[in-house]
This record gives sequence, C-alpha cells and structure tokens, in this order.
Amino acid sequence: MPEAVAAHAEAHGHHAHAHHPALQHHFETLEQQKEASVLGMWIFIIQEVMFFGGLLMAYFLYRVWYHEAWVEGSNELDIVLGGINTVVLIGSSLTMALAVRSAQVGSKKGTVNWLIVTMVLGLVFLVIKFFEYKHKYDLNHIPGANFVFEGPHAGQVQIFISLYFGLTGLHALHMVIGFVLLSVIAWMAHKDRFSPEWYTPVEMSGLYWHFVDIVWIFLFPLLYLVDRTHRLG
Amino acid sequence: MMTPTLPPVTYLNHKYGVMSWLLTKDHKRIGILYMVVVTIAFVLGGVFAAGVRLELTTPQGDIWSADTYNKLFTMHGIAMVFFVLIPAVPAILGNFVLPLMIGAKDVAFPKINLISWYVFVVGFIFTVGAMVFGGVDTGWTFYVPYSSSASNTNVLMTGIGVFITGFSSILTGVNFMVTIHRMRAPGLTWFRLPLLVWALYATSFVQVLGTPVVAITLFMVVLERGLGFGIFNPALGGDPVLFQHLFWFYSHPAVYIMILPPMGIISEVIACFSRKSVFGYSFVAFSSVAIALFGFMVWAHHLFVAGISPYSAMVFSLLSYAVAIPSAVKTFNWAATMHRGAIWWKTPMFFVFGFIGLFLVGGLTGLFLAALGLDVHLHDTYFVVAHFHYIMVGGAIMGYFAGLHYYWPKMTGRMYSDILGKLSALLIFVGFNLTFFPQFILGYLGMPRRYHVYPDEWQVFNVLSSAGASVLAVGYVLPLFYLIYSLFKGEVAGANPWGATGLEWTTQSPPLPENFPGQPIVEEEAYDYHKREIKVA
Amino acid sequence: MSHIAPVKSYVIVFGTLMVLTSVTVAAAFTNLGTLNFPVALAIAITKATVVILFFMHVKYSSKLTKFVVASCLFFLACLFGLTFTDYMSRGWFTSPRGTTMAGTQVTVGPAAPAAPAAEGAAAPAPEP
Repeated sequence: MPEAVAAHAEAHGHHAHAHHPALQHHFETLEQQKEASVLGMWIFIIQEVMFFGGLLMAYFLYRVWYHEAWVEGSNELDIVLGGINTVVLIGSSLTMALAVRSAQVGSKKGTVNWLIVTMVLGLVFLVIKFFEYKHKYDLNHIPGANFVFEGPHAGQVQIFISLYFGLTGLHALHMVIGFVLLSVIAWMAHKDRFSPEWYTPVEMSGLYWHFVDIVWIFLFPLLYLVDRTHRLG
Repeated sequence: MMTPTLPPVTYLNHKYGVMSWLLTKDHKRIGILYMVVVTIAFVLGGVFAAGVRLELTTPQGDIWSADTYNKLFTMHGIAMVFFVLIPAVPAILGNFVLPLMIGAKDVAFPKINLISWYVFVVGFIFTVGAMVFGGVDTGWTFYVPYSSSASNTNVLMTGIGVFITGFSSILTGVNFMVTIHRMRAPGLTWFRLPLLVWALYATSFVQVLGTPVVAITLFMVVLERGLGFGIFNPALGGDPVLFQHLFWFYSHPAVYIMILPPMGIISEVIACFSRKSVFGYSFVAFSSVAIALFGFMVWAHHLFVAGISPYSAMVFSLLSYAVAIPSAVKTFNWAATMHRGAIWWKTPMFFVFGFIGLFLVGGLTGLFLAALGLDVHLHDTYFVVAHFHYIMVGGAIMGYFAGLHYYWPKMTGRMYSDILGKLSALLIFVGFNLTFFPQFILGYLGMPRRYHVYPDEWQVFNVLSSAGASVLAVGYVLPLFYLIYSLFKGEVAGANPWGATGLEWTTQSPPLPENFPGQPIVEEEAYDYHKREIKVA
Repeated sequence: MSHIAPVKSYVIVFGTLMVLTSVTVAAAFTNLGTLNFPVALAIAITKATVVILFFMHVKYSSKLTKFVVASCLFFLACLFGLTFTDYMSRGWFTSPRGTTMAGTQVTVGPAAPAAPAAEGAAAPAPEP
C-alpha cells in the first residue's frame, strides 16, 4: 500500500520516512511491533486462565466434597443444548482460524466473511445460553432467595448452580466482549486496513476467541457431563 | 565550570494544558499521574491510621465506637495496600524509568498504559466512594462469611472498586513484561540489565498471574452478597476457609509485588552511592525471580490457625522458610556491595540504610511467624502487625522514598535540599521504630489486633507507638514541602547529578519526550563504576 | 513471515475436535467408576492442546510464547495442587483427645444427642 505510506510520510512533515502507517513510533520495525503484540496478548490470556482458575478451584473442591449433589446438578442441565453449543463454539474457532488465514493471504472478502460467520456462531451460542438460563429461572433454580430444589442435597446443589452461573456467566461475558471486538476488526478489514504485512489485530482477536473456546471446552464436561449414567437426557 | 541549565525541550514543556496530560501516552507523564493519585491515597491512609492510633492511646474505647474503629483500620489497610503499596514503585518509578533504563522510546503499549491509569482512578473513586458513603468494616482481608452476609457496610462497592483496580495492576504487568522482552536497546543483554529491571520483571509476572485470582474471589463475594449465590456459605455446605485460600493466593504474592521493586531500587542506589558494582549481580537477579516464584507457594501461612490440616501447614511452613532465603541473599549482597566501596552520604543512601535495617527486622520476624508453634500464639496479635509494617513501611515505603529521591533530579531536572531530605529520612526512621517496635512487644504479650480496647497494663507501649506515629507523620509530610519547593527554586540537576551508570542517566534531565536523541547502544556491563572517573562533591 | 497453514489442516483439526467431543459425551454415559473424571479431563486437555497448537499457532510460535503458555500450567498447578494438600489431608490427623481438627465437611442438621459425659471425651463441635 504505497499510497498510504506516502500519505503517512507527508503527515510527518520534514521527518519524512517511509514506513508502514500501522507502525507505532516507539517500535523500530513492524516485526518487533507484531511480536510485542502477540506476546502481550498471550500474557493477557494466561491471566484470564488464572481468573477462571479461581472459580474452578471452588468447583473442584466442592465436586470432591459433594459428588452426589454435583451429579444431581449436572443432570439438571440440558446436554443437548450444551452439546450443540460446544459444536457451535468449536465451529466458530474454525471460522476464526480461517478468518486469520484469509488476512494472512490478503483476502479482504475472506477475512470479513469468515469474521461475520464467527460472530453469527457466537450469537447462536449466546441465544442458546439465554434459553438455558431462562429455563433455570422458570424452575426457580436461580440461586438466592427464591431457590427451590427437591432433594436432600439442596444446599449443595445450590452451590453447584451458583458455580454454573458464575462460570458460564463469566464465559458469556467474555463472548460478548469478543463479539464486540470482532465487529470492530471486521469493520477495519472492510476498510482495507489489513494486508499480509500487517494483520496483527486479526491474529490477536483470533487468540482471544480461541481462548474463549478453550474455556468452554473445559466447562462443557465439567458442568454438563459429571455423571450421566444414572439417567439419560 | 558551567552551571547546567534546564534543557529547552523536555517531556514536561513540549505540550501544555490539562488535556495534554489526561490524553498523554508518554510513560513519564503517566508515572507522574500515578504519583498524584498514590500520594492522595497515602494521605487518606495516613488519616485513617491517625484515627486508629489516636484511639489506642487510651485503653478504653473513648473516641470511636467499635464499629467506627473497625472501619478505620479496614479503610487504612485498603487504601495503603491497593492504592499505595502495590502501585508505588512499579506504576510511578517503574513507568518513568523502565523505558529509559533499557534505551526504549516508551513502553510496549503506551495507550494501554494510559488506560491502566484511568482504570486505577475509577477503582479509586469507587473505593473512596464506599468509604465516604458509610465505610467498610470487614478488615482489608474481607473474610467471609462476615463480608458476604453479616456485615452491613459498603462491602459491595469496595469489592467492586478493588476488583477494578486489580486490572490496572494486570495491565501494567503485561506492559512491563513485553517491554522488557522486546524493547531492549541493542547490546543490552539480560545480564547487562540494571537490577531494577529484573525486579520489575519478576514483579510483573506476580501481578499478571496473581491478581486475577483475587479478582475472581472478590467477584464470588459480590455474587454471594449481591445476588445471594452460595459459594462460601456454610449453611449450604460452603467452606469459608476456601475464601481464605483463594484470597491469600494473591495477597501473599502481592506483598512481593510491594517489596521486589523497592529492592530493585535499593540495588540501584547502593551501587551508585558506594561507587561499586552490585556484588553477586546474577545472584541478586535470580533471587528476584526466585522470590516471585516461591512467593506463589506460601500463602497458607496466613491460614495456619484457620483450620487447615496440620500436614498442609507443615508444607507451607517449610516453603515460607524457603522464600526467605532469596531475600537474605539480596541483603548479604548489598552489604558486600558496600564493603570497600566509597560511601557517599546523600539522601537516597540514608533511605537505603533505613531500608536495610528495617527490612532485616521485618524479614526475620516473618520467620518467627512461619514457625507453626509460634504462630499459634502470635497470629492475629500486634506481633503480626509490627512484622508486616516493618516490611511494608520500613521496607517498601522506604525503598519508594529512596527511589523518589534518587530519580527526582531525572524526573524534574531539579535538586532538592539534601539536608531536609536527610532530616526526613531520620525522622521517618526514628518515628517508624518508635511506632512499631513497641508493637512487637505488645504482640508477644498477647495484645490482639483489630481491637479498639485493651487492658490497662499495655497502655505504655501503645502511647509510645502513637507518639512514634506523630513523628512518622512529620517525616512523611516534610518531603511534600521540599520536593515541591525544588520544582521552583531547586538547583538545576543536569543529566547525571549522581554520576551514576545506566542509560537513564545518559540523557538530559528532564528527559526529551522521546527519551533519547538517537538509539542508544550498550557496550558495557551494568554498574561499570570501576571504569568511571567521576569527581563527586 | 508466519507460517500459513492450508485450509485443509484447519478442517482436520475441527474434525478431530468433533470426534473428541463425541467421545467425551459417550464416556459420560458409560460407567467407568472413578475413571470418569480423569478421562473427561484428559479429553478436555487434549482438545485444548489441539486448539492451542494449531488454531492459535503455538506450534509455529517462538520459544518464548511456548514458555509463556507452559508457565500458566505451572501456576494453575500451584493453585489447585497446594490448596488440595490442605483439603486432602484433613482428617489424617487425630489428636490424642480424638478430634480431627476443624474444617472437615460441614453437615448442618439437628444437634446430636448429648454424648455420655465421659472424662476427656471430645465434643463434635469445632475447637473453641
């Protein structure tokens, strides 16, 4: 994109030097900037892992202590919806990877379209989640003052459901953030901001989106599949 | 000899106006923005401390009610831990000096740096709001079930405020790690880095990996308190000790966030004012990393009497002893640095000596507490209070002041009155010991912490402690005056008033907006004092 | 330049993830006793690894990136492992008076009938 470089050099006035307009001035090269961005995103991701880690610690402890209640709670969740969501989200990871690849080879149409498909799949996930939450609400299974549950382990099941909402709610929040992020990136792609030399924002959003997928890869078996041998569905 | 004049273009004067500060991406300005908020928080925390010490001058509860007293020590802790100790050296001095030290133009993500300041301010506003609208009385440790169900104070707002502030710490940590990995000047290999950079690096991974855990823990408390979710609620089968595990998983490494950067400052100042390279450079560098790593494995020493298993307690006790070793390595290396050096008695060096003495006492008393048998008697007594204040105030704050006085000429281009600086250091040292040494005795005698009344026979020590607190207050207020005065009337410092090694001292004071006129290239080892011919006044 | 993977490789990865998902669901409906949990975790870990290596390009990333990813596992291990040293070893210790240290499972129910007043008998309540 030589015109953009020239326009940028003009904006510099007498410091005219030709470099990619996306290169920020505290970096020496685009390569250094890209490496810094990817490293920064990875460090942010491992921080997010520790964030979920705290909730998971609570989950693991109580699973060991209250296995019966965990089985009951897990069987209350709709495995079909959970399974569909898993396929949808992993599918969205595929489309996200394809979007990044499109940016790598300089295909603007591919980038925008695959990003949109990813966002649509993300939306499907959230809609299904909404119906799952609504179902819980209808059964008075929302933890708190109105919680009602039949069975000897009601208190412990309430802990399970609290952690269910905490984990999936936090996950859903991350998906919403990801959705907003992807819409910005898709817009930027639409405006021709990316090229094979510089597509770092696409790559970084990809990393974020895959991370959100990985969280669900763990949440699905941990929440929905505790022990389904007792009864089906 | 030519008297130096202030350079014509600096990061301070090249742009004017409030918006040029509020929208700055310059790490140096962001460091100063942090300094403003941290100083306000320090004053706030000091006011709460004054309230506490005032009450404790008499054995009866005659000034505040028990509830008010609980709020005072809680808010003192919250203000000091989250808004002073955690950000002080990294976000103020680290932000200012790190890119200069490695020969970079800025940190890796300048916009995120600015965002981290705004996040800090928003968190501060939430927390101060909670304090103003009734306060919090759970202790800065927010133990459940009191914080999640029983307390009728502003736990939610405070929890949210601290949660938000945590993200500031995380963003700074991410920024520093990437900066150090990817933006060092040519020739600046890892083992040529100043030790402050190693310290900031080690601190950064504690910030990045520990803070999210306390964030999610506070989030769980907010869920429990705000929405009635059950996670720690014993009535449902929850375990309050789980909260303590999760809380201290961060809060113990947090104390290493508080102490590692000041230790880095000490290394810098000691080398400069002994005119000698730091003895055992690689040992000191690795000890920072070791402290950060081991620091993640000792948290349950805060839970020794909470009901954890004795076997687990033994494991944590052993690990707590182990984490003291790298700190001792540093202390011996600092002493060896001074040996046969040429000590130059300036204000920063006064603060360094204060640090070494006080940190030594604080660190050693930590070992007393790490011993299970002793901890049964000393837990939740004033012994613990004295121990952590020796480290946090005698160590971390002294280290911050050492760094502030060392880097002030670089940041402002001005020298402050050295006499007043030394006076401050002395007042702080004397006042500090007077305040906190009696507390070791009180703890040993059994006085519990977080009580506003106590038996008459302990009054003498409490009065000594409160008297010391007033001296300490004077020592802390004094710098406000002579430092601000120096901005207008201080002698011009020049690029390197201390004759120090390091890239930050090769550029003008105050620095250019882009730090260096060209790209610095490093060909020397760190602390090459033996190669320098410097005449000092 | 970064490695550009062929589209087919991504589709194969997706296929692998679908297979593993079906396996984990099937395993949940099979009674493997105490192995159910480790098997589910192992499958999840495998899926995550595949996503990290291929979708997130870590296989082709710098050593530093790989190290950063691995270090995360270390700290998670600290959190889970060291916390569990506490919970797993509660109840191992029985004092001469018969108590096993406060903090084992809490059961909330009607108060137990008063034990016969034997000398030095431990009460079931937590330590004062």
